Order: sequence, then structure tokens, then C-alpha cells
Amino acid sequence: MSNNASIEIENLWRIYKIRGAKQKEPGELVALEDVSLRLCPGETFGLLGPNGAGKTTLIKILTTLLSPSRGRARVAGFDVSKEPDKVRQRINMVSGGESSGYGLLTVRENLWMFAQFYGIPSSEANQRIRRLLEIVGLADRANTKSSDLSTGLRQKMNIVRGFLTDPEVLFLDEPTLGLDVGAARDVRGLIHQWVAENPQRTLLLTTHYLVEAEELCNRVAIINKGKLLACDTPTNLKQSLVHEAVFEIQVTREQALDDGLFQGIPGMNSFHINREDGNLNLHVALAEEAALAEVIAVLTHQQARILNLQKREPTLEDVFVHLVGKRMEEVEQNADVSTDNP
Amino acid sequence: MPMFPPITRRNTGWRLFLQTVIGRSYPRTIGQQREKSWIIFDVFLPLLSVASYVFVYRAIHAPEDYIGFVVIGGAMTAFWMNILWGMSSQLYWEKETGNLPLFIMAPGPLTGILLGMAVGGLVATTLRAGVIILLGSLLFQVSYVFSNLASLLAVFFLCMAALYGLGMMTSSLFLLLSREAYHLANLAQEPVYLISGFYFPIKSFPFWLAGVASVLPLTLGLDAMRQLSFSSGPSLGFLSVPLEIAILIGLTIVFLITAQWLLKYIEKKAIREGRLTESRR
Repeated sequence: MSNNASIEIENLWRIYKIRGAKQKEPGELVALEDVSLRLCPGETFGLLGPNGAGKTTLIKILTTLLSPSRGRARVAGFDVSKEPDKVRQRINMVSGGESSGYGLLTVRENLWMFAQFYGIPSSEANQRIRRLLEIVGLADRANTKSSDLSTGLRQKMNIVRGFLTDPEVLFLDEPTLGLDVGAARDVRGLIHQWVAENPQRTLLLTTHYLVEAEELCNRVAIINKGKLLACDTPTNLKQSLVHEAVFEIQVTREQALDDGLFQGIPGMNSFHINREDGNLNLHVALAEEAALAEVIAVLTHQQARILNLQKREPTLEDVFVHLVGKRMEEVEQNADVSTDNP
Repeated sequence: MPMFPPITRRNTGWRLFLQTVIGRSYPRTIGQQREKSWIIFDVFLPLLSVASYVFVYRAIHAPEDYIGFVVIGGAMTAFWMNILWGMSSQLYWEKETGNLPLFIMAPGPLTGILLGMAVGGLVATTLRAGVIILLGSLLFQVSYVFSNLASLLAVFFLCMAALYGLGMMTSSLFLLLSREAYHLANLAQEPVYLISGFYFPIKSFPFWLAGVASVLPLTLGLDAMRQLSFSSGPSLGFLSVPLEIAILIGLTIVFLITAQWLLKYIEKKAIREGRLTESRR
């Protein structure tokens, strides 16, 4: 492994031992399978995948909270298993929806407390806290108890906690989870500013909001069921699908459409239907545009009236569908069902 | 001016350790005082228990020093409550709220975090215990005869060191036991009031039972403090004060070393299994 990477992961595995109530021998759950990655200083890297894909497991390993079962990982030049203390001096992490700190303390006091754990002298910590709270628009809430903050404001405080310690590598695990549109936009804006101002810093972001990754990241990796399926710039990943023609078709119809008729169309790569506001939204990926005529013919045959038809450029969502075979929400729904019925 | 300027200085080593202790003690020394309910739960309710024992002793014409024994015992219950609910169960609650992974991930050592909890708890609880002693002494007209104030202070601080060492040790154990922690704390609360002699001198126990109870620092600490604060104290004492001090020193060393060892074990286990830092959201 070379020394000039901010994060290097080599053939990383994480296997959990799981023991059921009636099982004598523990079973195994492979959370990460032979993952290799290399991030350079200055990168904003997105790790995309549905819930349970292994994103958080990977972040836990990189932040020294979990040891790998096999393989190696280095952060800021130090081995996470052998030199955790050196790694910890150089990193920080913020998770979406976290309720860290103490509700009885004010925003400023909570941040000061965490600064102490990083050895930042109080005078410098207080100066940074003041400045960062101004930047995120929390200056007027500095003396508010953190238990009195809304979810969005609390997450802004968490983000400040992440930036406060000036980490070489910052991990953001679903930083906009559960936030409303405005608060999520503010958080993304803040991340943009931090990245722009710190060209030698590295940011690893996990999200299952693909648009967010597209907006923020230089490179993204798609992970599912513990396996790394692809890793490249968003542009390159989308260009890998240029051979596909993607159409969004909005139709009005009372009854559900017969999926089978569409799946059988020659040149159909993928096909998904969502119901929204009484209409049906069809997402159609075709190997060649000529197949569109067949799609329209089927719709006409099923007496569906077309309200809107639009060809669009492939998105990261399309890349995910291409690699996994399902939309991210579908993967998560399936995971929920299997969790509910073990 | 940059929005995110670099940090010019970071402390490491003992300075970082000290900062960690101060940082983690802050929520208790300052934050905890903002919840005014402590006046009811930590002062008024223990005073009610004290009052009931005082009236029993007065009804049976027990020696007047027993009233003082009860007031001091009542004040010390605040420390035991703090050990159970503010130390032993604390790492478990830190896990549940999501703080524990942040503590582990920070460069500040976990021993500093635990020591900070202990120091903060000690300061906050001393305030509560002080109020109980003051009000109890005034209400029930307790008269103290301090034979050796320096020894009394030494016993108090030794007792606290051993007690919070025990708290640091059990916090790791309770984290291992996870959800059972809550039940264990509940289970340990009342029996300790009995066997540590919060409201009576443990000399009343058979020697072997008082000996077993001496594993808890409050037992010998209370006994020694009573001996040093009341005229009939020495005659009602379990062991001599110097011997009790020696045992308290031994307990302090054992508990603190075990706490440090257990904490390292817990951290390793947490990182190996990845479960101890997961909350049950």
C-alpha cells in the first residue's frame, strides 16, 4: 500500500457471527465481501447502496469502531487495526439522525465538550465554535439547550461537531437522513463549502439519496449485499449506460398495467411502474430507441392514455438499476420484508 | 478569512487526558444542576427516609448519636444512587444515545471519559449530600464531636475514590450485560442500603456479614466517618479507623486497576464484535 492515499482498503471482509435462539452453532452474515478502494486527498467520495448494503459497516471499520475479519484498511496513512490512536487524531464522523451530546447542555457547551476530547484548547475551540455556528446559521441558538432544537438544527450542530476538529478525513454517514428539503440543502451547501476550502481534506459520504451523491461527489462506489459493484466518477458511470435509451412515460389508467407484456418487448432492459397522484409513471430503459414504438403499442392496447413522454439522460439511479437489477427502494423493501419474516 | 481555518494547536498525552476528564465532567458539574428536580429526588426524598429512621430511634429512646448516624447515612445514599444510576449504567446509556462510538472514536482515552463521569458525579453528588447533611442536622439537631478533622476528610476522599473506582469497574460490566444493566441496578439499590449500614452501625451485624459488606467502600467509609464524628462513634465502630483506612486504600487500588483492565477489554470486545457500540434504535 502506498502512503499518499487518504483511504486505502484492500480485500476487506467483515463477517458477523450470528446466533439464533435455537441454534447451537453460530451462523455467519457477510457484511463486506472482498472490498478494495483507494481514495486520494481532496476527494469527495460517495458510497451508495440501500440499507443493509454494508456502507455503515465499512465506515465503522474506517473509523476504528470495528475490526475487519480479513483484509487491511489504512486511513490518513495509518492502519485502522494496528494504529487506531493515530487514525483517531485525524478523523471525525457525523451520522444522520444521531442524538449525540447531552440535552441539558447548550449547543455551544456540547460542541466545546467534544472539542475537549480532541485536545483542542478551550480558547481556540470557543473561537471555532462561534465561527462555525455563524456559518451554519446557529449563532442565535448557541445558548439553547440541544434538547430544544428541531431535527434539522440538531443535525446542523452535529455537522459543526464534525468540522470543529478539522479532520483530515471526514466521514458523513447519511448526513441528510430525515431532514426536510430545506435543511438537507443547507447541509449539502455546508459540505460544498468545506470541500472547496480544504483541497487536501477527504470526505467519505454514504447515502442512499443518489441525487445527493451526484451533486456532492467526485467519485462514487455502488455497494450492495457487501459487494462493491462499481466505482467511478458519476459521469463515467452514467456514460456506461449511453447504449441505453431511458424514457419516463406518464399515463392515466384506472387498472394496473400488465407488466408481463412489457417485459417481453425485444430490447427492453428494465421496466418499472410507480403510481403517483392517480397516474402511472413508467420508467423504461431500452437497448435501442426503436423499441419505444412497441412500448407505445402495448400501452395503447391496454387503453392507457399517455399524458407525458420524455427521454432523459441516465442518472445514478439508472446505473444502480443496471447493476443490481432493481431500484434502490425495491431492494430496501425486500430487505424489510425479509427482516420482518426471518 | 477562511470559513474553516486549520487548528493551530492540539494537545496530546496527559493534557489530552486532563481535557477529556474536564470535558466529560462538565455535563454533571454544570448541566445536571439545571434540572431542578434534583432538589426533590436527591434531597427531599432521602430526607424523608432519614426522618422516618430518626422518629423510630427517638421512639425507642436510642442513643442520640444514632440520629447523627442516620443523617450521615442518608447523605451517603446520594453517592450510592449516583454510582448505580450515574456510573454503572452510564456506558450502557451512552451506547443507547449514540455517544459511546463518538467517545471511542475520539483521541481522548476512554479512561478519561469514565474518570470525567466520576469526577462530575462526585462534585454534583457532594452538593446534594451536603444539603442533606445541612438540612438533616438543622432539623434534627445533630451534635457532632470531630475527633480528627484531617482523618475525617481523608476517609471521605478515600471512600469516594474506592466507591467511584467501583463505579468505573461496574460500568464496563454493565455494558457487557447490556439490557440487564437496568435490572441489576434496581436489584443492587435496596440491599446495599441494608448491608452497608446506611441507617445503623454495622457492628450490629454478625462479624462475617459485616466483613462481607466491607467489600463495598461505603460500608467502611461510613463506619470510619461515624467514628470520627460522634462521641459514641468509636464504641459503635466495626474495625479501628486506621485498619478501615488501610482496607479502603486496598479497595481503591483494586477497583481502579480492575476498572482500567475491564475498560480495555470492553473496548477490544466492542471493536471485535461491533455490537457494543450499536444502539437499539
